[in-house]
Amino acid sequence: MKATFEPIVGRYAHLTLSGRPHRLYIEEAGSGIPLVCLHTAGADGRQFRHLLNDAAITRDYRVIVFDMPWHGKSLPPAGFETEEYQLTTAAYTQMVLDVCDALELDRPVVMGCSIGGRLVLNLAAEHPERFRALIGLESAAHQQPWYDTEWLNRPDVHGGEVCAALVSGMMAPQSPAESRHETLWMYKCGGPGIFKGDLYFYRVDGDLREKVARIDTKRCPLYMLTGEYDFSCTPEDSQRAAALIKGADLTIMKELGHFPMSENPAQFRRYIMPVLEKIRSAK
Amino acid sequence: MTVSPTVDATSERVIALFERLPALVETNADLVRRGHFLTTDFAIVIGATPLLVRVEAGRVTAVTRGPFLLRPWTFSITATPETWLKLLKAVPDPGTHDLMALSKVGLARIEGNLQPFMANLQVIKDIVTAPRALM
Repeated sequence: MKATFEPIVGRYAHLTLSGRPHRLYIEEAGSGIPLVCLHTAGADGRQFRHLLNDAAITRDYRVIVFDMPWHGKSLPPAGFETEEYQLTTAAYTQMVLDVCDALELDRPVVMGCSIGGRLVLNLAAEHPERFRALIGLESAAHQQPWYDTEWLNRPDVHGGEVCAALVSGMMAPQSPAESRHETLWMYKCGGPGIFKGDLYFYRVDGDLREKVARIDTKRCPLYMLTGEYDFSCTPEDSQRAAALIKGADLTIMKELGHFPMSENPAQFRRYIMPVLEKIRSAK
Repeated sequence: MTVSPTVDATSERVIALFERLPALVETNADLVRRGHFLTTDFAIVIGATPLLVRVEAGRVTAVTRGPFLLRPWTFSITATPETWLKLLKAVPDPGTHDLMALSKVGLARIEGNLQPFMANLQVIKDIVTAPRALM
């Protein structure tokens, strides 16, 4: 059988993040408004492959997905072996700004999920002028933890298996098995301690409950979409954040969980297309 | 002799579902394959009634109904019969669709030696929800 190829182009970029040299894996497809997608904690950019392959999106958007350092095909920086990976609010924020600068993106849209959804709230509060619009998937200013992250990286529990098993219940039962298991595969592939290190931002360093009240959606529109089956970032968590942000546009998505773009791409498309159309048509 | 207390009809229904675990798991070859490192005794507690579940190399070899006198188990999962029924719905509702979701909001308690529980989390979640096939 002759091979068919997807329109995605993947390349390795050499750039500095917070002044430190990095080799970052970046995929993109399409042309038009830059749309930078941020994957969830402990996973990688493969979560967005359906958006990258969606001609109705790439007709108007240049979809850009990068694997965070330590994730996917992006390497950890030199010297990583002597440090414990911990994602901080400052480093994550600077990472996104640095990637956008390095790619010379003009007021991109940033769409992030989970930790990425939290980060877009920080971008909205601190850097609204930099972005055309922001989209938070499974996004909240804070949410209650539900397990001890020490379980994620210890020698008597397989890290990949436990990470996947923990997040498996955060998907909707209606999501297709093939897509659910593909989503879990990325968690099984994660480096040791990386999911835990990402959750340092989510649980310890990234409480934005006070900061989100200063978000001005007139300076940068903010869209929030949360799956009804997400018990980690619950619809109520997103509603609490949205209630603090005047003009925030929150949608609760039926039959979706914490990984809408990868657990059920067809269902997610019903919700994200109108948002992308609103952003595209806004002058 | 241990006298079994009177159990309400909802509990009896849930107990009957879990008592079918040996056959339900046995017919799921993939679950048995994935669970081959798991050998343990754990308790599924329905209200006040414990069911001792014996797992050997991924197979459920016995489900024994309590109460017990000084019988040990490695870990236990406790919820009301109503909560168990919500978890076991063929298509469960948001918030009661996963054991960890129940635990987060206090609808289930997971106690005991949690190392085997966490090391085999997906297999245990799949064993516990195997009765969905009957719903």
